[in-house]
Amino acid sequence: MTEPGDPRTLVSLRGVNKSFGALHVLKDIDLNVARGEVVVVIGPSGGGKSTLCRLVNRLETIDSGTITFDGQELPAEGKALARFRSDVGMVFQSFNLFSHKTILENVTLGPIKVRKVSKEAAEKRGMELLERVGIASQAAKYPAQLSGGQQQRTAIARALAMDPKMILFDEPTSALDPEMVQEVLDVMTGLARDGMTMMVVTHEMGFARRAANRVVFMAGGEVVEEGAPDEFFDSPRSDRARDFLSKILTH
Amino acid sequence: MDDLIKYAPDLLAGFLENVKLSLICGALALVLGTVLVAARVAPTPVLRAAGTLYVNVVRNTPLTLVLAFSSLGLSDTIGLTFSETPSTNSFWLVVFGLSAYTATFVCEALRAGINTVPLGQAEAARAIGLTFLQSLRLIILPQAFRTVVAPLGSVMIAMIKNTTVAIAGGYLMESAFRMRDTFDDTGVSIPIFLGLVVAFMAVTLPVGFVTSRLASKLAVAR
Repeated sequence: MTEPGDPRTLVSLRGVNKSFGALHVLKDIDLNVARGEVVVVIGPSGGGKSTLCRLVNRLETIDSGTITFDGQELPAEGKALARFRSDVGMVFQSFNLFSHKTILENVTLGPIKVRKVSKEAAEKRGMELLERVGIASQAAKYPAQLSGGQQQRTAIARALAMDPKMILFDEPTSALDPEMVQEVLDVMTGLARDGMTMMVVTHEMGFARRAANRVVFMAGGEVVEEGAPDEFFDSPRSDRARDFLSKILTH
Repeated sequence: MDDLIKYAPDLLAGFLENVKLSLICGALALVLGTVLVAARVAPTPVLRAAGTLYVNVVRNTPLTLVLAFSSLGLSDTIGLTFSETPSTNSFWLVVFGLSAYTATFVCEALRAGINTVPLGQAEAARAIGLTFLQSLRLIILPQAFRTVVAPLGSVMIAMIKNTTVAIAGGYLMESAFRMRDTFDDTGVSIPIFLGLVVAFMAVTLPVGFVTSRLASKLAVAR
């Protein structure tokens, strides 16, 4: 793990706490993500993984602590926050493609409206990205006409279209039919190989082993253990991680 | 029947005033209603409170009182005048009152529409860096509008019929007032009455038909 002051650090969380009412979902979280690093966050449900992911682009606000991105504290609101978010891609569990826009429009909207790229340039780039995730032939369709896997790949293309410094994945394959999980993971593995900085909340242990630089194990709102994938999966140090892994890896 | 034929030109001129009021008020109410709903869902508490206050006060006031307030309160007392010509002035005062009133119903229909748009749409919009107004304009409202085309049609039908209470705002040119005026001369004439009903239905039925057709055509598939 890089240190907060290190220029290689892209995201740094320090003493972050978050509660929903009486429920203390994140407790004194300290976590750094370096540029180009792929951090996979795993752990039992309700452990605060998704909340952690959503804090990084401020879809959730924090109660205490600090989060810095590229050396700057996250903007609180307004135009500065919008500009910051345009640099951080987000892929949701339920895809959240814009239902009234075509696949291509979903990918070009951000570049056109936020980056002020011309429509022609945005469409050209959009088609390249759709090509890259393997759904260029679906460009004129609407999200509801596509399979879950195709929708999620569109969502990844939409995030990529903004040329983000980092992409957050909040359980990107959890809502997919089993036969579509792999096509999405393949795209993500490709991104990881290309050096994209990624924070991935997932239950896909195979992906974690293959693509992650570091695995963060969260339970009960705390980071219980973190380390290189092989080290974590082969010899977890904490009882909770051992317990968790024994439950998911035996079948 | 003879009465209807005799007074038809006058009544038709009056009915055209209803149509004119409907077109202008309909357009203004849609614009103002959209602004109101933007305020009601804004992140700024002050804007939200202002929008809620406006809607609750105006929507729950009888239209005759709203129009009377436009004419007696705003114009006669405070001195808001749109024109030196009394009939033109009262026309615009009625436009003002009826638009302000109808906008609250447009706002509430749209707000119901916004509630049908999944939260994830707004989150995705924010996540690509759209500002609040951009996500409202480009993502949320277009989907909300499509879901509430039919209810908006009902709001418009109600508004078209409400143009007949323009008398409460001091405007004496529209058809319902002319009809009563005519009855004073001729006694109540059923044909005149029915003729006016048919004229209104000739406008309101298509509005209902077109909006329900549009509603199914524009529905957002999820």
